[in-house]
Amino acid sequence: MVAQELEEAPKKPGPGSKSDGPGLNILVGKARQVIQEAIVDPVTYLANWGRLYSLWPVHLETACCSIEWGAVSGPRFDAERYGILEAFGSLRQCDLIVVHGTVTRKMAPRLRWIYDQMPEPKWVIAMGACSITGGVYFDSYNVLPGVDQLVPVDVYVPGCPPRPEELIDAFVLLQDKIRKSNIR
Amino acid sequence: MSMPLASSGLQTAQVAEDKLVVSIGPQHPGAGHFRFTITVDGDTIVDVAPDPGYVHRGAEKQTEYRTYLQSIPMLERSSLTDVTNIIGPYSLAAEELMGIEIPPRGQYLRMIMSENQRIMSHLYWLGIQGIFLGHSTMFMWPLGDRDIFVDLGQMIGGARITYSYWIPGGVRNDMPESFKPRALKVFDYFETRLKDYERIFFQNPLFLKRTEDVGVLRREDAIKLGVVGPVLRGSDVKSDTRIDEPYCFYKDLDFEVPSYKECDTYARCMVHLVEMRQSMRIIRQCLEKMPLGPVRVKLSPQQRTNPGEAYARVEAARGAMSFHIISDGSTKPYRVRISVPSMRNLIVLKKLLIGSHVADMPAIYWSLDYWPVEADK
Amino acid sequence: MSGAQAKQEPSPRAHELVNSLNSTFGQMVSVTVLRPNRIRVQTDRANLRALATFARDMLHFDHCTNVSGTDFPKDKQIQIDYHLGSIDGEDLRSVILGLTCRVPSDDAKLPSLIEIFPSVDLHERETYEMLGVTFEGHPELARLLLPEDWSDIPPMLKAYRLPGRLEGE
Repeated sequence: MVAQELEEAPKKPGPGSKSDGPGLNILVGKARQVIQEAIVDPVTYLANWGRLYSLWPVHLETACCSIEWGAVSGPRFDAERYGILEAFGSLRQCDLIVVHGTVTRKMAPRLRWIYDQMPEPKWVIAMGACSITGGVYFDSYNVLPGVDQLVPVDVYVPGCPPRPEELIDAFVLLQDKIRKSNIR
Repeated sequence: MSMPLASSGLQTAQVAEDKLVVSIGPQHPGAGHFRFTITVDGDTIVDVAPDPGYVHRGAEKQTEYRTYLQSIPMLERSSLTDVTNIIGPYSLAAEELMGIEIPPRGQYLRMIMSENQRIMSHLYWLGIQGIFLGHSTMFMWPLGDRDIFVDLGQMIGGARITYSYWIPGGVRNDMPESFKPRALKVFDYFETRLKDYERIFFQNPLFLKRTEDVGVLRREDAIKLGVVGPVLRGSDVKSDTRIDEPYCFYKDLDFEVPSYKECDTYARCMVHLVEMRQSMRIIRQCLEKMPLGPVRVKLSPQQRTNPGEAYARVEAARGAMSFHIISDGSTKPYRVRISVPSMRNLIVLKKLLIGSHVADMPAIYWSLDYWPVEADK
Repeated sequence: MSGAQAKQEPSPRAHELVNSLNSTFGQMVSVTVLRPNRIRVQTDRANLRALATFARDMLHFDHCTNVSGTDFPKDKQIQIDYHLGSIDGEDLRSVILGLTCRVPSDDAKLPSLIEIFPSVDLHERETYEMLGVTFEGHPELARLLLPEDWSDIPPMLKAYRLPGRLEGE
């Protein structure tokens, strides 16, 4: 079905192609390009620039990876250089969840609850093997096999626990993603 | 009781004209993976209902499906700040059942790693206690210095914090020759650093005001409730598994166990500080006395044990950690029961918080060094 | 199961305890010395409270370090071990006294020791939810670690197989 539609698609005449002629189409396209370059691109750039250097993570520790999270906020690795502040504030001011490892069946509804309360835009980093696949607790009766069934994950950081450098790399990847994204 | 709220909602609720139930955690600046509800009357806490289990991963059940050696990496993740010491009693119990003797060099390496881990765990604790009391410097300094000890552990174990180093049969590998000069250099640095800690934090008037006579746990209560580790020693009990029932070669070493008569939060904090000094002293002595030789007895991956039961304990950073293993003689343990210090110390949270002020809660809570991942297993 | 384990000579202090237990309870208990400092006392649930009281008042064991429950489906029994330790007892800090009690699986009830040793509180709650053993007299026998919506059988029973594992794996 889908393949057929795709094949047929180029044969269909575009909207307005018969009555208005190609001239108006080019004009609309140009105007859109001008607006895009003059207004939307700078605004997007500005908004993304503002967002990517002020990521505030929720302080939700789901399991033991939070120790390396502590090391990342410490002076040697100092994630604050990259604009990630270990926030000690309300989740309503936060735009990033770092899932620190294992999510148990008891924690899962709370994680989703917290994710839903955060304002848009928001991003999720799944830290550690447990939050990706369940890790060494793959056969446990109380552990979720990966957190991506629960919240949409932007960056996965493998490791058990990941080294702080890997976590910083994840922040940089996430910032790259934000830089390229359209504003919502 | 505040139980209806503990099971239903996460909101603050007014239960009587002048009483309010406040839910703390699991998303909370301090509580981390733990939740408790407190009932407050004005500024005073009148009831506490702890609600653990947010990190319960069923480690005890999983050991039934793994051989003795396969369980190690999974068990050590239960207490990631203190990985060497949680495997300690497990290995001791398994070795009792297997009936094997460990070479002396392996025993010394165990002690070195165990004490290094204790310093790391205490530094992590100190950092969080600092930020709990609003002292950001005391968060940055210990976490920065902790990384130096992480490097020391990495020299021996090969990983940052999860080395699976202490295993049944000995230790995984010998230490490099460069470890000794490096360790001695680090200890010299850290001893001057501890003096700075004392000056900026432990003698800080604000710290004293917030911890002295706060959360007093009397000696008889501490014994009756069965608390362990720094909480017990902060309550004027000079008890430490390393002295009470020495494992490895602790009986040959010279070190002190601190205890304080004040029985308050300040005393519990001071115990951590003194223990870090003593741990360095122990490692220095180990490096002096260490003989050469093999470090482990090679075990088969499908190692069988004699049927029976064993109960072993070591002094972990948070207190006595004990394992009870029942074996039916097969390659997998029949039952592994973990008795962790965090779970044993949780029992006093209720006792200490009731009657204290809300503002004292962070200091009291973290002075117990309650690590929910360890408690929930 | 522990019968196959070789008996060991107790330490002098442990020897006193064994004598004291044997002379007081006689046939009601069976005392085994597993290690020089590990004594195991097996009794039935009717005598458990009396034994615990004796351990506290006469033998000076003042706290409980661990409660473990083990399921033995072949015997249709559940074994509960209380491990008692002592701080103030003379030369007792290295000794662990294990009180062992077996109850039938279909009638898994046991008197709670919380009045004698307040430190068993959370351990008994954990054993209750992990093995379904009811401790009679415990004031707050509620769920502790498992999620609120847990509806399966208690996970530490041998009949409970991990969902991710095949039979016999």
